[in-house]
Amino acid sequence: MSASSAFSDEKGGSSSVGEPEYGHDPASGGIFSSDYKRHDDLKEMLDSNKDSLKLEAMKRIVAMIARGKNTSDLFPAVVKNVACKNIEVKKLVYVYLVRYAEEQQDLALLSISTFQRGLKDPNQLIRASALRVLSSIRVTIIVPIMMLAIKEAASDMSPYVRKTAAHAIPKLYSLDPEQKDQLIEVIEKLLADKTTLVAGSVVMAFEEVCPERIDLIHKNYRKLCNLLVDVEEWGQVVIINMLTRYARTQFLNPNLNECLLEEGGESTFYGSDADQDEDEDEDKKDEALSKRKPYVMDPDHRLLLRNTKPLLQSRNAAVVMAVAQLYFHLAPKAEVGVIAKALVRLLRSHSEVQYVVLQNVATMTIKRRGMFEPYLKSFYIRSTDPTQIKVLKLEVLTNLASETNISTILREFQTYIKSMDKDFVAATIQAIGRCATHIGEVRDTCLNGLVQLLSNRDELVVAESVVVIKKLLQMQPEKHSDIIKHMAKLTDNIQVPMARASILWLIGEYCEHVPKIAPDVLRKMAKTFTNEEDIVKLQIINLAAKLYLTNSKQTKLLTQYVLNLAKYDQNYDIRDRARFIRQLIVPTDKCGALSKYAKKLILALKPAPILESPFKDRDHFQLGSLSHLLNTKAGGYQELPDWPQDAPDPSVRNVEVPEWTKCSSREKRKEKKVEKPFYSDSEGESGPTESADSESDSASSSASGSEQSGSGSEESEESEERSDSDEEEEEEEEEAKKRKTQKKEPIEAVQQSESEQSSEEEVKKRKVSIPPPRNVSESESDDDDSPSDSSQDSESEDSESEAEVKKKKKITPPKAPTKPVKKEGKKEKKEMSLLDFDDFEPTPSPQVTPVGNFLSSSLVTDLEGLSLTDTVLSPATISPSGSLKSYELLHRITGEGLWVEYCFSRQPFLPDPHMVAVQIQFTNSAATEAKSLRLEEAKLQSGMRVKEFPEIEVLPAGESATVVMGVDFCDSTQAANLQLCTHSRKFFVSIQPPVGELMTPSFMTENEFKKEQGQLMGMNEITEKMQLPERCQNEHAIVQRVIAAANLSRVPCGSDKECRFAGRTVTSGSLVLVTVATKESGPSQLTINCEKMVIGTMLVKDILLALTQ
Amino acid sequence: MIHSLFLINHSGDIFLEKHWKSVIGRSVCDYFFEAKEKAAEPEDVPPVLQTPHHYLISIYRDRLFFLSVIQTEAPPLFVIEFLHRVVETFQDYFGECSETVIKDNVVTVYELLEEMLDNGFPLATESNILKEMIRPPTILRTMVNTLTGTSNFEERLPSGQLSTIPWRRSGVKYTNNEAYFDVIEEIDAIVDKSGTTVCAEIQGVIEACVKLTGMPDLTLSFMNPRLLDDVSFHPCVRFKRWEAERVLSFIPPDGNFTLMSYHVNAQNLVAIPVYVKQNISFFESGSGGRLDLTAGPKQTMGKTVEGLVITVHMPKAVLSASLTATQGSYTYDPATKVLVWDIGRLNPQKLPNLRGSLSLQAGAPKPEDNPSINIALKIQQLAISGLKVNRLDMYGEKYKPFKGVKYVTKAGKFQRPACVAISHFST
Repeated sequence: MSASSAFSDEKGGSSSVGEPEYGHDPASGGIFSSDYKRHDDLKEMLDSNKDSLKLEAMKRIVAMIARGKNTSDLFPAVVKNVACKNIEVKKLVYVYLVRYAEEQQDLALLSISTFQRGLKDPNQLIRASALRVLSSIRVTIIVPIMMLAIKEAASDMSPYVRKTAAHAIPKLYSLDPEQKDQLIEVIEKLLADKTTLVAGSVVMAFEEVCPERIDLIHKNYRKLCNLLVDVEEWGQVVIINMLTRYARTQFLNPNLNECLLEEGGESTFYGSDADQDEDEDEDKKDEALSKRKPYVMDPDHRLLLRNTKPLLQSRNAAVVMAVAQLYFHLAPKAEVGVIAKALVRLLRSHSEVQYVVLQNVATMTIKRRGMFEPYLKSFYIRSTDPTQIKVLKLEVLTNLASETNISTILREFQTYIKSMDKDFVAATIQAIGRCATHIGEVRDTCLNGLVQLLSNRDELVVAESVVVIKKLLQMQPEKHSDIIKHMAKLTDNIQVPMARASILWLIGEYCEHVPKIAPDVLRKMAKTFTNEEDIVKLQIINLAAKLYLTNSKQTKLLTQYVLNLAKYDQNYDIRDRARFIRQLIVPTDKCGALSKYAKKLILALKPAPILESPFKDRDHFQLGSLSHLLNTKAGGYQELPDWPQDAPDPSVRNVEVPEWTKCSSREKRKEKKVEKPFYSDSEGESGPTESADSESDSASSSASGSEQSGSGSEESEESEERSDSDEEEEEEEEEAKKRKTQKKEPIEAVQQSESEQSSEEEVKKRKVSIPPPRNVSESESDDDDSPSDSSQDSESEDSESEAEVKKKKKITPPKAPTKPVKKEGKKEKKEMSLLDFDDFEPTPSPQVTPVGNFLSSSLVTDLEGLSLTDTVLSPATISPSGSLKSYELLHRITGEGLWVEYCFSRQPFLPDPHMVAVQIQFTNSAATEAKSLRLEEAKLQSGMRVKEFPEIEVLPAGESATVVMGVDFCDSTQAANLQLCTHSRKFFVSIQPPVGELMTPSFMTENEFKKEQGQLMGMNEITEKMQLPERCQNEHAIVQRVIAAANLSRVPCGSDKECRFAGRTVTSGSLVLVTVATKESGPSQLTINCEKMVIGTMLVKDILLALTQ
Repeated sequence: MIHSLFLINHSGDIFLEKHWKSVIGRSVCDYFFEAKEKAAEPEDVPPVLQTPHHYLISIYRDRLFFLSVIQTEAPPLFVIEFLHRVVETFQDYFGECSETVIKDNVVTVYELLEEMLDNGFPLATESNILKEMIRPPTILRTMVNTLTGTSNFEERLPSGQLSTIPWRRSGVKYTNNEAYFDVIEEIDAIVDKSGTTVCAEIQGVIEACVKLTGMPDLTLSFMNPRLLDDVSFHPCVRFKRWEAERVLSFIPPDGNFTLMSYHVNAQNLVAIPVYVKQNISFFESGSGGRLDLTAGPKQTMGKTVEGLVITVHMPKAVLSASLTATQGSYTYDPATKVLVWDIGRLNPQKLPNLRGSLSLQAGAPKPEDNPSINIALKIQQLAISGLKVNRLDMYGEKYKPFKGVKYVTKAGKFQRPACVAISHFST
């Protein structure tokens, strides 16, 4: 091997002009000094200031890597250039780094900081490439860094970065399998992603890390089915294979009835006429169906079949194969046929593709022959096919043979026997034999044909024929004594050992049919015994033994002669056999017992061999898999589970409430419950109670919505309106009920595709917000009125467990509690300056930039890609943490009826990540409609930027609208001064951000936090002592208040005396780290570490205020 | 999934290796070399091999082996399809895929492989995206590169990966907007000695060359879409529209691509455009034989048959052939035993004929099998199935493109296994 590679190196050197170093490769010359010098020269080039020299050096190094040369000694010189400005050099350095980092772990660490910086780059492509390289460096020390980077990237708003995160998961898993649990969390999160870009990669990660966690798929099943067509082709393959497995665990066997039949009818499988077979099938099926309870296919099962079918038309053979195997394993028998055409199409592809497809077709033809029968001619063999393809086609043709087409197939086989490819001819003869065994009618024809082949000039053909004839004769030996005689004559000529052995065995076995010839054959064989092959010798002994038992008079001496020869044979098997036979058949004094039965033993009736396809029973492996191809279980193969006896609960796949609604309603609930820990949110999400949870959420949201409208109406007008709203409520309740009943009737529920659900949801939303005039009147009557009060809110106040609350909600009669609750709500409203339900209003302008929280941001981007309208999404402007404080932008009086409020929604602003999202709500309380609401001529501080919201063309009287705009405050609390224009007037307004809104949460681990904190000491650290008030002592209260004051995320922390938070400023991305340390006695301590001292100082003040108030 | 890739030339040298995960030693290829030794032809090397710790999946194209190493279960077709995609990418970039070309562009090749897979899972396989990241070499650019020391990287960041239509690059601009479609059909037939068609089918592809500015949305419709029996599409084609209306609706990739391939199952109605009369016989004495071939037009629908090439696979015993051709030239390769008769344009007035004697190996028995004959041909301006493009409409852009459609018919695996029928098999 080494010699050949050295040789090729030399050759390579001369042929490639660009890489002169090949000529004096160390392997060819063995001169280490020159090698050393050459690398020296490269080092020099790498150290130079010129990018062109560096590039040249890197190119030569990469070329050497490609040739498999070791260039690890250049590592220090190369790694220095990792921060090189030149993108070309950088890329090549990355290539080098990924290749050698594993071998030079310590040095590789030098490059890590560059990637960490890259991870924070505003450009998504740079973030992605940094993550890609970072995760490809196989250095165990950086596992925590990788973990963190993956987690962060998984919630990145760029789908491409999230895709890269999904790719990084298996890399980290192979580096450190102990991270599995954490990785599963990330996978779960990414599985919920609705982008086609991410879907394939995350399923790949799922398959590599946790293929057993099938439960993670439930919620995403329908989404995956629906997205499938738009996923890139490689992702499609992985998803389809995974869904096949999933479907096998979740749905019932659609062929259960046929299955029973098949088992019963196995014996007639080859023999019976196809049409007749089907008729019979039909009859029996009907019978069976009447007995069993009727099978109804799960709509989700149907969804999968329907959505994969068009992919049979893919240009990618792997996709077609994946769909084919899915249909084979999952579809009802009547529908499997559609895959045949597509598979036949693949036979026109490259020979490797043909090879794999034919193997799978061979397996399929055994189970479902009828499917491929119409395509019989597509499997005809061409002389230009490679031998392995020919043999496989032959296999398929044999499997397809039936009474109706056997004559065509045999005619085709005749031509094959004339082929020059002897291996193929041998395979053809075997195939003829198999056809003959399975189809009784043609047995004689085949046998005759094979006998004619015995006079073939080619010995291999003859030999193979003999072997096959032997097998055929075993079926009806009595009819064919003349064939046996003919074959006996062949022993003189035929030299192939296997054929000789077969003839001898035949003569021995049926010596009664050829009583005259047999002893003569034995005589000839005895003569040549010593020169025969072992396998022939064994058969000579057998023949002798059999003749001795039947015709001892003529053959006694011969037998003894043969046995004596065998006694001194070189091969111990033959010696053994001879000894054994002698003891058995020659009666001596010592052993009488066994020899009595010698005849029975040796001349027992032997069953005819069953000529079976080697592809029989291969279908227990998932088709299209490597394991199926090799017929052994490959490493990492996931067994295809058997169908379940009873269908598991189909409702687990229900995703009734789109993510954003769920969050919002949950949010509301949580806000009321101060006791509830902050993180319980995510815990609840992963639990198996998900569906129930979401259901109650949807119900509650609709209920609360209706109540809100009710409360509004009550305040403005009297009973007249009320009854109206009651009716409205009833409607709402009814719908909520309907949803519940849907739940209970899974079949009905699952039939709805996701899109339908979401549209339904949308309709619902609209309904909730139907009475805008009331809303307005409500706001008129009381500015601070926070209408978000509902039955469950008050109930949850009573520190009841969530489950109980839910139960109650279901039990609560629809109308009864509304009134008291409303009053209660009013009392409280001041404290909870909470979400306005007006948020749920559909925005009039469809172009409004959608905003989602972390979960929904992916959804939003995805749906953008899928070009759905954004109106559905805009109501999602609800903060994931803390309550939203609204600030007035334009007073009702100054605005002449136009009332504008803004709040910081704490969502990433999608068009520009450096902007703070500001949610602006317009309410037109004037009598006339307001037209063309827009921002104009923003007079901004230097550096500040504003992304205006699209113009609202018309805002009818009494309506309100919500839009989102982005402001880049440059990390300062300076107000953004803007001009708000209507069709008739201009107002000067300003948006002033609290310092806490200038940051975005940043997720990190405790270690990471400490590390970062260590880097932000000294001037960057601000510490304040404070006395926490009584009610603020506990952890939850602190968390709640800090999060309310600043848009930070909590960092997990080992000690319960400390709460840590982390975030980054929006514009510059500087870290903001907050630590609140409580002490048993004495004052608590607040520490803020931030590069931006101004921000730090202001934040200290704000948080201090929030905590001590 | 895919762990490593080795490129191996015809003589068994590894001339390039790429690892996407940890490095796997070259010795793993020894199992492959073993299998290669056993196989008579390079095509006969099993595409999938099992070794104690790895699985080797290889393809053989352009006299090169692309051998990939995988460690765990992965769909073999997935790997094979990917390897073919690699070859196609190389062809796309360098015009051909040969050892020399790969060695000359080793850095670009390595870069491409790096981008195509991430951790063994395909990342970017669309040529439009790849070209955004790594520019294909051209002669001019190679000169500029050597002078200025720059290389093939795209300076700006590729945005194609981010798009929902990854096959098209953004910001395409042309001064002449053109869209050409070539309907290329191949007849694939087996004809027996007596001249009856055993099986015949027509395969077609529509090759497109689209150079249009912006984001055009094209719709291509056929006069007779019912002819199409089985189709497969480029990912850009919208399945739903095809199923509902039988039109091809798509946003095209930029440049050359295969829009669709189809299959016309015309049973025995396929008109075979030429016939070949053959008479090959060997003397009983075993010293030689005679060959007489005549080709003539059969059903050409008034078009001229061009590029007619007849290939005969001779029995092993045939040493040499001394023949005279009335038209074209012939070659006989004694190593592969293949006789190639390149006729060119078929003249219906004067039928081309090839006759002469064959000499056999001394002492060899008389070959009993009549050789099989392959025919390759080309007919311009004719799609033998009769498929016709009706119209091409463009939406989404304002300008008027230049449109063109071309039809070509070829003989694909057109074959005459001329063999003697064996009577005793009649049933």
